Amino acid sequence: MPSQPDPSSERRHAAGVLDIRNIIGLLLLAYGVILTLVGLLGDPETEKTGGPNANLWTGIGLLVVGLGFVAWARLRPILVPEAHGDDTGAGREAG
Amino acid sequence: MTTVTPLASDTIIQANAVDYLVVGLYFAVVLGIGYLARRQVSDSVDFFLSGRSLPAWVTGLAFVSANLGAVEIMGMSASGAEFGLPTVHYFWVGAIPAMLFLGVVMMPFYYGSKVRSVPEFMFRRFGTGAHLVNAISFAVAQLLIAGINLYLLGSIVHALLGWPLWVALVVAAAIVLSYITLGGLKAAIYNEVLQFFVIVASLLPLTLIGLHRVGGWSGLTDGIRSAAEGNPDVAPAEQQLNSWPGNPLSGFESDWLSVVGIVFGLGFVLSFGYWTTNFVEVQRAMASDSISSARKTPIIGAFPKMFVPFITIVPGMIAAVLVDEMARTKAGETVAGGASGDVKYNDALLLLMRDVLPNGLLGLAIAGLLAAFMAGMAANVSAFNTVLSYDLWQRYVVKDRDDAYYLRTGRIATVAATVIAIFTAALASNFSNIMNYLQTLFGFFNAPLFATFIVGMFWRRMTATAGWVGLVAGTLSAVLVAFLSEDAFGSLSTGTIAVSGQGAAFLAAATAFVVDVVLSIVVSLVTKPKPAEELVGLVYSETPRESLVDAEEASYPFYRRTIPLACIALVMVVILNALF
Repeated sequence: MPSQPDPSSERRHAAGVLDIRNIIGLLLLAYGVILTLVGLLGDPETEKTGGPNANLWTGIGLLVVGLGFVAWARLRPILVPEAHGDDTGAGREAG
Repeated sequence: MTTVTPLASDTIIQANAVDYLVVGLYFAVVLGIGYLARRQVSDSVDFFLSGRSLPAWVTGLAFVSANLGAVEIMGMSASGAEFGLPTVHYFWVGAIPAMLFLGVVMMPFYYGSKVRSVPEFMFRRFGTGAHLVNAISFAVAQLLIAGINLYLLGSIVHALLGWPLWVALVVAAAIVLSYITLGGLKAAIYNEVLQFFVIVASLLPLTLIGLHRVGGWSGLTDGIRSAAEGNPDVAPAEQQLNSWPGNPLSGFESDWLSVVGIVFGLGFVLSFGYWTTNFVEVQRAMASDSISSARKTPIIGAFPKMFVPFITIVPGMIAAVLVDEMARTKAGETVAGGASGDVKYNDALLLLMRDVLPNGLLGLAIAGLLAAFMAGMAANVSAFNTVLSYDLWQRYVVKDRDDAYYLRTGRIATVAATVIAIFTAALASNFSNIMNYLQTLFGFFNAPLFATFIVGMFWRRMTATAGWVGLVAGTLSAVLVAFLSEDAFGSLSTGTIAVSGQGAAFLAAATAFVVDVVLSIVVSLVTKPKPAEELVGLVYSETPRESLVDAEEASYPFYRRTIPLACIALVMVVILNALF
C-alpha cells in the first residue's frame, strides 16, 4: 500500500497499487494461480472440454499476462505529484 | 476440491466452491477500487470527469467496456446463434467507422471546448431549447437502460446461482452504488478496464474450447450447413456464413437493398448517432489527460472492438450447433429450460458455458458476465449523475453554489438513480415488451442528434432555433415511421410501410436524419445566427486550428498519433469485412 499523499510535499511518487496496471496484473495473477492449481489438482473434466486441461492452460496464460502487466508497471511507473490539485500532469503515463 | 454446492437444484449451472472463490475475489477487488479511488476524489471534476487525468489506453478500453454490457454480450451471442456471421455488422460497420470519426473529427470540439458533458456542448452551441431536449431525454434514457441492465443481471444471477430475483437486484445495485458513490468516474473506469480483461480471459477459452469440441471452424460451418438444409425457417447456410449481403440481419429480401440498408441505416445514421453523441461513451474520452489522448480514446478502443465479435458472436454460433437445447430451439422446437422457462437465443452463451467449461473456468466466466452487467449499469449511472448535476441541477435549479455542493448532488443523484433502476428493473420483469418499445423510442433521439451536431459543428450560420426544431421534428418523424412500420412498436404499428425488424429501425433513423438536416437548414435561413465570437471552439470555421490538435503530438512516434492509428484501424476493418 502506498503511503497517504502528503499535501505539503512537492515530491512525486509512483502510483503503486492505485496504478490500474498493477490492479489488472495482480487480479490476473491471482486467477492464474487459482486456475493452475485447479488444473493440476482437480478433475480436468475432459469430457466437457474435449481433451485439453482447460483450467491449466488458461491459468498459465493468465499468469503470463498478469506478470506482463506487473512488469510494465514496474518498468515504466506512473509518477503522480504528491500535492493534489494540479491535475495536468497527474497520472500521465511515462511511456 | 470438486464438491458441488449448488444453492438451488434448478440452476442452469452447477457452481462449486472454487467458482465462488473466483467470483468473490472479483467483487472484493471491485469494492477495493472504489475505496482506493475515493481517497483521490477531492472536487467535482475528479468525481465526474476523473480529474481529466487518465492515459489513452485506459480510457480507450473503458470506452469499449462501457458498451460491453449485458445487452451487448447476451444480445450479440444470441444474434450470432440465430443469424450467424452477419451479426458482425454491428461491430465492423455499425461501430468502428463511427468511433474513428468521433476521434478524428468530433473529439477536438468536445475536449477542446472544455465542456463537461455532451449536453453542455449543445447548450453552448444552441442554447436552452436544444440543451433541455438533449439533457432530459438522455437522463431519462440512462435510467431506463440502467434498469434493463440491472434486470438482465438479476435474471442471470437467478439462473446461474439460484438467488431470488429481488435479492440479486438489490445486491447488484448495492455493489454498483457503493463503488460509484465512493470513487466516481475513476472507479467506474478502472472497473471497466478490469472487466474487459476478465471478460476476455473467460470468453476466449470458452470460444477456443467450443471450437475444439465442434471440430474447428470447418466443423462449425458443416454443422450450420446441415442444420440449415433441413430447415426452411432459418436463414440459408450461405447467408449465415458470410457477413455480406446480410439479409437475415436487415430483414430485406433484396441483396442490394440489404447492403444499402446496412451501410447507410446501420453504418451511417444509427451508429454515428449512437457513438458520436452518446455521453456514456464520450465521457470516457473526456476523462483522458490531453486532447491527443481524448482523440485516441475511441480509436484505441476500435482495435479491441473489432475483435469482440470473435468472442461473442462465434460462441453463439457454436452454441447453436453444439448445445442440444439451442440446436433444437433453432430447428423450431420449444424447449424447456434456460433463464426464463423456455430456451431462448439469449441463453446461448450460458448454455455453452454449462456444456464446455470445467469448474474453475466456469467461475471466471460467471465473474466476467456479472462484471460486464455491472459495468454497463455503472456506465449509465455515472453518465446520468453528471448530466443531472451539471446540466439540469446546476444550470436550471440551484445555480452558483460551491463545488462541494455539486459533488454532493452527484452522489445523491447516484443513489437516486440506483433506487430508480431497481424499480425500472422490477417493471421490466413484468412488462418486457413495453421496455423494448421504450428502448426503441429512446433510440430515436440519437439519429437527429448526430445530424444537429454535425451541421452545427461545420455550419456557423445554423441558429439556436434550428437546433431544437431539428431535434424535436427529427425525433417525431422517426416515431411516426415506427408507427407506420409493421412491428417497431408491436401491435401499435399500423403496417402502412412494409418494413419490419431492423429494416424499420434503419428507415426510422434515416428519416429522422434527413428531416433534421432539412429543417435545420430551412429554419436557420429565416432566423438570426449567433455572433461569431460565441462560436469559438464550437464551430470548425471559427476555431483556431491550434486548439483542435495537440501541439506535442507531431513529436510522437506514428503509433501514438491520432490519424495514423485511425488509418490502421480502418484498413484492418476493411480486411476483416473482406475475409468474412
